[in-house]
Amino acid sequence: MSAMIDCQGLTKQYGTLLAVDDLSFKVEPGEVLGFLGPNGAGKTTTMRIVAGFLSPTAGKVRVCGYDVEAEPIEAKRRIGYLPEGAPSYPEMTPREFLGFIADARGLPAATRRQRLEEVYGMLHLERVLDQSIETLSKGYRRRVGLAQAILHDPDVLLLDEPTDGLDPNQKHEVRQLIGGMAKSKIIVISTHLLEEVDAVCTRAVVIARGKILADDTPAGLQARSRFHNAVSLRLTDPTHIRAAKAEIAALPEVESVELDERTGRLTAFPAANRVLLPPISRLAEQHGWALDELHLETGRLDEVFRTITGGASA
Amino acid sequence: MNGMFAVFKRELASYFTTPVAYVFIVIFLIVANAFTFYLGNFYERGQADLASFFTFHPWLFLFLVPALSMRLWAEERKSGSIELLMTLPIRPWQSVLGKFMAAWAFTALAVALTFPIWITVNYLGNPDNGVILAAYLGSILMAGGFLAVGSCISAITKNQVIAFIISVVVSLALLLAGLPLVLDVFSGWAPQAIVDTIASLSFLTHFDSISKGVIDVRDLVYFGLLIGFALYANTIILELKKAD
Repeated sequence: MSAMIDCQGLTKQYGTLLAVDDLSFKVEPGEVLGFLGPNGAGKTTTMRIVAGFLSPTAGKVRVCGYDVEAEPIEAKRRIGYLPEGAPSYPEMTPREFLGFIADARGLPAATRRQRLEEVYGMLHLERVLDQSIETLSKGYRRRVGLAQAILHDPDVLLLDEPTDGLDPNQKHEVRQLIGGMAKSKIIVISTHLLEEVDAVCTRAVVIARGKILADDTPAGLQARSRFHNAVSLRLTDPTHIRAAKAEIAALPEVESVELDERTGRLTAFPAANRVLLPPISRLAEQHGWALDELHLETGRLDEVFRTITGGASA
Repeated sequence: MNGMFAVFKRELASYFTTPVAYVFIVIFLIVANAFTFYLGNFYERGQADLASFFTFHPWLFLFLVPALSMRLWAEERKSGSIELLMTLPIRPWQSVLGKFMAAWAFTALAVALTFPIWITVNYLGNPDNGVILAAYLGSILMAGGFLAVGSCISAITKNQVIAFIISVVVSLALLLAGLPLVLDVFSGWAPQAIVDTIASLSFLTHFDSISKGVIDVRDLVYFGLLIGFALYANTIILELKKAD
């Protein structure tokens, strides 16, 4: 099966500003792709081009084999799109609004009602169905936007900052929803939240200044962190901390040790391909250090993000 | 077709879920009748026709129709819902036509609601109802012309006030194209053919003949072409300028 989204050399120029610079990527069925990047990196512009709202200055996008420029209707039928900020018609109620979307997408009369009921349930909209959208909380408006995007059960789901402005419970719910749909479709979400990539994505593409800087699994990205496989520990009695630091630094597996003066946390970084946890825990046992904390770092995404996009956040 | 009908339905319903519909209809009816009786001397003329009613329609529409058309696209741009609309599987011309038809149907409703004056004139005398019907048709056609021009202008900006002002000015120019006010600008230097063409663009000239009961195919074609051209331009503007 061919790629569901296939972007070739996408470029978008606004006057002298190059918003998207020769971007090429493919997304295969079953993937949840996270578009990561600082604000102004070109995430939204790219999403808009794929959704058929903007025309690229150069390049081509195919969605499910249809060229978005040449066969926009066929492509748009297969896309569910949540634009940034989840715009809708504020004077309408969710029931009227989703009814309009169902009509506009030509949902067959036989399944229309059932599908609407399903979506109300999935996004817990029952309570607000007959309240005008402008009176709804940000969380509900976002859910109405999501409902609109998934109503026709599209093969391709493009979500531009789907959890922006939601509280932690709502974020969790939306992520579960996305996770639940991931098996049957391909999903592209754009976000600047790293936790989101970790929580829902199978693949992360980091972009800044309109260029792809990294394309990897979330775990692969974490592995790029200098904290990957480092060991952090904290002593109950901070007076021994300097001695402990020296002892740990003397281990052959250790490349360097850092002490965070504020928290009293020691972080030991491994030499290439060495494993640190066993020798350090042995050392702690030998010296009888009482430990408040001892754990293996998996890598810090925010640090990777900063390193990759370094200075690009204009 | 599905998409166009969905847009039409949504748009028409939106007039009635906001106060727009009620304010527009009430103001239109009050002003239309006030003009007829006070400025048009409906009674004093002592004639059983609605000339004093229809003669003010172009001037009423000049201000009221841009108030309707200004929001058609400017509001979509302002609220960002244009992004939603343009990423639905609906062709831009279908959205344009759906919105226009909704606004036109609504205007036609407002015009139709002036029927008490038709009852009044029939009660008072024996008017030529064929002429009145033709005048109603002409009035609605002319409103369609104003609307199409206004819709096109509304697609240019996200500011409704700007859309309103430009629409009024352009509509005024179209309305007065047959009068010396506009023609004198050209008659000094332009060839007669151009002056005649400009004069022939006048809403007033075309509306006048219909409102006298003379349905000339050329007048119908004029309004039809004007609407078609304005909506075509509207579609082109949308496609060129989907985002800001």
